[in-house]
Amino acid sequence: MTESRRFAVLAQRDINKETFVEPWAEAGLMVTDSPYDPQPSLRLENGQIVEMDGKQRADFDAIDWFIAEHGLNLSAVEEAMATPSQQVARMLVDINVPRELVQRLASGCTAAKLIDIIRHMNVLEMMMGLAKMRIRRTPANQAHVTNWREHPALLAADAAEAGLRGFAEVETTVRVARFAPLDALAILVGTQTGRGGVLTQCAVEEALGLRLAMKGLTSYAETLSVYGTERVFVDGDDTPWSKAFLASSYASRGIKVRFTSGTGSEALMGHAEGCSMLFLEARCLLVARGAGSQGVQNGSISCIALPEALPGGVRVVLAENLLASMLGLEVAAGNDALASHSAIRKTAKLMLQFIPGTDFIFSGYSAVPKRDNLFGGGNFDAEDFDDYNVLQRDMQVDGGLKPVNEADVLAIRRRAAQAIQAVYAELGFPAISDVEIEAAVVAHSSDDMPERDLVPDLAAADRFLNSNDTILAAVKALEKSGFTDVANNMLEMGRQRVAGDYLQPSAIFDENFRVKSAINDVNDYGGPGTGYRVTGERWQEIQKIPQMKSPRQFIDAQIGEPSGKLVEIGPAARGEQQEVVIAVGPAFGKAMTRTIGGLEHEDVLAAMLTGIASEGLVARIVKVYHSSDCAAIGHVGARLSGTGIAIGIQSRGTTVIQKRGLAPLNNLELFPQSPSLTLETYRAIGRNAARYAKGQTATPVPVKVDNGARLRLIVKTALLHRRETEEVRPDQLPVELLFDWEPNL
Amino acid sequence: MTADANHAKYPLMENAADSLQAASGRPLSEITLEAAAKGDLSIADLRISPETLRAQAEIARAAGYTQLAANLTRAAELTAVPNEELLQMYEMLRPGRSTFETLIGLAEKLESVYHAPVTGRMVREAAEVYRARGLLRRV
Repeated sequence: MTESRRFAVLAQRDINKETFVEPWAEAGLMVTDSPYDPQPSLRLENGQIVEMDGKQRADFDAIDWFIAEHGLNLSAVEEAMATPSQQVARMLVDINVPRELVQRLASGCTAAKLIDIIRHMNVLEMMMGLAKMRIRRTPANQAHVTNWREHPALLAADAAEAGLRGFAEVETTVRVARFAPLDALAILVGTQTGRGGVLTQCAVEEALGLRLAMKGLTSYAETLSVYGTERVFVDGDDTPWSKAFLASSYASRGIKVRFTSGTGSEALMGHAEGCSMLFLEARCLLVARGAGSQGVQNGSISCIALPEALPGGVRVVLAENLLASMLGLEVAAGNDALASHSAIRKTAKLMLQFIPGTDFIFSGYSAVPKRDNLFGGGNFDAEDFDDYNVLQRDMQVDGGLKPVNEADVLAIRRRAAQAIQAVYAELGFPAISDVEIEAAVVAHSSDDMPERDLVPDLAAADRFLNSNDTILAAVKALEKSGFTDVANNMLEMGRQRVAGDYLQPSAIFDENFRVKSAINDVNDYGGPGTGYRVTGERWQEIQKIPQMKSPRQFIDAQIGEPSGKLVEIGPAARGEQQEVVIAVGPAFGKAMTRTIGGLEHEDVLAAMLTGIASEGLVARIVKVYHSSDCAAIGHVGARLSGTGIAIGIQSRGTTVIQKRGLAPLNNLELFPQSPSLTLETYRAIGRNAARYAKGQTATPVPVKVDNGARLRLIVKTALLHRRETEEVRPDQLPVELLFDWEPNL
Repeated sequence: MTADANHAKYPLMENAADSLQAASGRPLSEITLEAAAKGDLSIADLRISPETLRAQAEIARAAGYTQLAANLTRAAELTAVPNEELLQMYEMLRPGRSTFETLIGLAEKLESVYHAPVTGRMVREAAEVYRARGLLRRV
């Protein structure tokens, strides 16, 4: 129990649902620089590595062996290991050192050498490094599309929407493993409806994954997990050689391969051998490269909460991404698994990849609601789409997504759901009804979908997997049912497989099936004004969120018929009587007729006059033409007032009670929050002004404090002020107004 | 072929479409929706050929991606292995699945039956490491 009420409030904050622990090297709970991490070393004899990171060849474990044989470029090792780590770190942020040069040096670095380089870098420097070292020039994004019902129409509709929103890859997975072929089919049909050229995969057990790929149902695989200690690797039921063989097997069928690794997995699986997470991750990356993977999904991935429990965890996750890019690997940069309860923390973490840009900023942005995410909940979900689009717009950063409008989304979802319905009908799978289609079109989640009988669906999945039917059966079905464009896109995925261009590092397709990879879209960042820039059409696209309005009609509500009751009667003179002057802005009652809070100017005037009259005083109304500034208007009013007391009011409603002799920016009472002012407030303002005019004291008028008003209304405020300022006549003296009104006391 | 010439050919889909063939031997130009609709295509017509994989390996090598190039070279070799057998081979390489002799047998098969010397060499290396590290089948 806390005594402090503030600490009690803090204890309830989302951030305090997290677990924070102190480092414990022996358990592998240390993100970097464990006392048990080896020092960098490397010795070559007759072109063979005989010592690496303090270990003799005879003592190599399987991972050391694989790295020594395949992970390092021997032609670069001597130069790389001899270059001081701090110098390499500086090269990473030096815009005059090209990416290729750093990449060549990194290709000769051992795992310990790699983390020794990171030791010299803070997150800002690493972000600079990542912007330069990312291998593809254009950043992109990957989506996760799943739902707990594994409903085919919903999968297809969500995959289509993901394609429309700009995702270059879509990954699905299963709740029930036997569903894999149908889930893979649904997102293939869906993506190719939404946007031709989106790469797809279905995350399942390796052998099943390969079978799906062989049927043409998937185009990439990223489930090839590697680990930094031999024990954990073997517990994962693989070795570097079996994984390398699997990678070649996928490639032999034209499938893009990406390995998976990430800090924390070894500690989680109980055999970190006292080493830091980053050191073990560096070993993983060398294995991934050694196996010939074009890229890696890293950034702690599903273990993210573990490094985030430790000091420096988020920094080290960025370091993983940077190391992978230094090694010439495509980086799908994590941000996929639920990393924090706190929206502040999860967004702050994202910035480390979002701002520099990675090949895929997420290795799975959950394009479905959290509960439908079968990967264990996304760190960003469908509910965050608008936030994400605004972040891109705020920073002029390409996060790989684009704003969409509802009509386009509904249309594409309908078409995708109907396409998968047609495929099911032609292939003899259990029918998808029109009711299910309609539900999928408007659905947010599985909860919006009717239930399906899973038994016949699973039987169909088994039959499909064991039959000779492939992607071609679906292409034929779509063509026959009139979905020629979808059929064409699906076939084109197959034709691209024949060409194999997307096997090159960091390959994606644009909407015209033009491949973009590190071969033909090379990151050429070399400092300001170079590399990828958000400009032209892409910047226009990012700007145009559907929530954006034209500011030109923003103040229409404040403009009505000019008041017939307010008449100018001549130049305003200084008064001699017991009075209050109400000084109004140049647009008052004429160019503008309502306050920002929607109060009629006539009613506002009447309220103030009523307040003044209730104290037995009279008032004169004066229009100030030479300024639209509230303080200036009040100041002029006070100079003209017989008592020296005036109320100054702008047309948007901002009000001041002013006294002659006070500096313009000083005052008796100021009411800056015009949206909160009511007629009752204006009456009270009149009353107080009259009391000051009589030389009496007054309790300041209470006002509602609404600190959100400025946030909501600042654009409108600016435009209202602009409109009033348009009415300013610098040379025109104040004019007295006659207001056709009788007090009703 | 020089490195630049390899670079210039990429993407093959744009620059070498006329010479591209599927694993089945069918030219890319004949892989059309019309053919698919008539049922004239089989999945082998959507499979990459070893020649194309080798061409991609050269492109990767020329761009400095040495290990990826080696992977694509092994992939070219493995196009010859039927699907089910490929899955079996992968299974044999997983930890604790094979004896030293079985792995050497696998390497020999890859080398002699499938003309896959690069992959074969890698399997031999695996056999050595598995023996040294206790990753062979125990019984």
